[in-house]
Amino acid sequence: MWKRDESVKPAAPPAPTPAAAPSAPAGAAPVVSEPRGQLGRDMVNIGKSVVIKGELSGSEDLTIEGQVDGRIDLKGNVLTIGPNGKIKAEIFAKAVVVLGEVTGNVNASEKVDIRDNGSVDGDIASPRVAIAEGAHFRGSVDMQRAGAAKAQQPQAQKPNQPQQGQPPQQPQHNQPQVQQQGQRVGA
Amino acid sequence: MLGVRKTGETGSVAETSVTNVAEAAYATKALQKLLNNLQGNPNPLLLDLGPVVGSNVTFFGEQLGCRIRVEDIAADIDRHVKNNTLDKLPEFFSKRFTEPAGTVDGILCWDLLDFLDRPAAQSLATALSALLKPDGCLLGFFSTAETHHAVYTKYVVVDQSTLKYRTYPAARPRQRNLLNGDIIKLFKDLRVTDSFLMKSKVREMLFRKPARR
Repeated sequence: MWKRDESVKPAAPPAPTPAAAPSAPAGAAPVVSEPRGQLGRDMVNIGKSVVIKGELSGSEDLTIEGQVDGRIDLKGNVLTIGPNGKIKAEIFAKAVVVLGEVTGNVNASEKVDIRDNGSVDGDIASPRVAIAEGAHFRGSVDMQRAGAAKAQQPQAQKPNQPQQGQPPQQPQHNQPQVQQQGQRVGA
Repeated sequence: MLGVRKTGETGSVAETSVTNVAEAAYATKALQKLLNNLQGNPNPLLLDLGPVVGSNVTFFGEQLGCRIRVEDIAADIDRHVKNNTLDKLPEFFSKRFTEPAGTVDGILCWDLLDFLDRPAAQSLATALSALLKPDGCLLGFFSTAETHHAVYTKYVVVDQSTLKYRTYPAARPRQRNLLNGDIIKLFKDLRVTDSFLMKSKVREMLFRKPARR
């Protein structure tokens, strides 16, 4: 009944799987596992002095403070681009949180969250996208998967009937009545 | 300046923006019409010509399941003002958009045409008309107030019938108030389907591109 948003607040930290660490070039990345308070689970952290060129893949949540050029494949996991992170790559992940700079397309199966001062130059494909005030974004957003189910609902409603305008957590039935403003002057 | 202000449950919808112009919420009628027109399309492509407003991206994405492309025309205008190349704007707009003609389902034009000289406004309107698919819709706002403040307005969608107006500095003021006839001439390839004169002194107009015969 209650479904927690795994991409933001995971329910329980998964057991660490050392064998599945991201495949960074040997000796290039001082990878350390440390608990991250924000997400509450073990995460791999790539430090800000690390530069990775090529494909970065894995099955653990990952925070990048360094630079990555190429491709990042973390399907099923959360990728966080830290404030110092500079990414020029196509990204595939379950959820992507951007506090640094990303140049490239971002594909997330759950959510993309561009925080204040975060920057994305590229196209985003994700069912949920949040862009904070002060964030930079240039590109397109494709939220097709989230809308596919909802697209059926409005057709069943009357054309002028108020529809749900907020995310599911914020039903509108408590909102104030809209004043009748404006005069229709053309048809 | 902008008419009757709506208040939410908390009664504190106003905030102070960077230009000390109050942020307030106002009714909109044309937005709901635009949404109704687009909701029948699977995965429509929506072009937003204003600055990026994260909550708008979320709103339209969740309402329409659409692809949204944000092209900040206000930033283009400011850049040309600063470079003193306003005379190049008509040519710039004719090549501005990368989308192929006839591929866009909806356009949020907001009130950007108010900030353009006539040739640039015509060039932008022609380019936008070409981008629209047959049966595609364009939402345009046009101020009817005599204001010469150098401020753009970010239109933040609260829900289908409410917008917050949030101002921020512009490099040039509004150039003139477009009359109904001027607007219709600008979008001569489109048909006006709805037009509302709001108490906020904004004329909201919804255009539709005629379907191919």
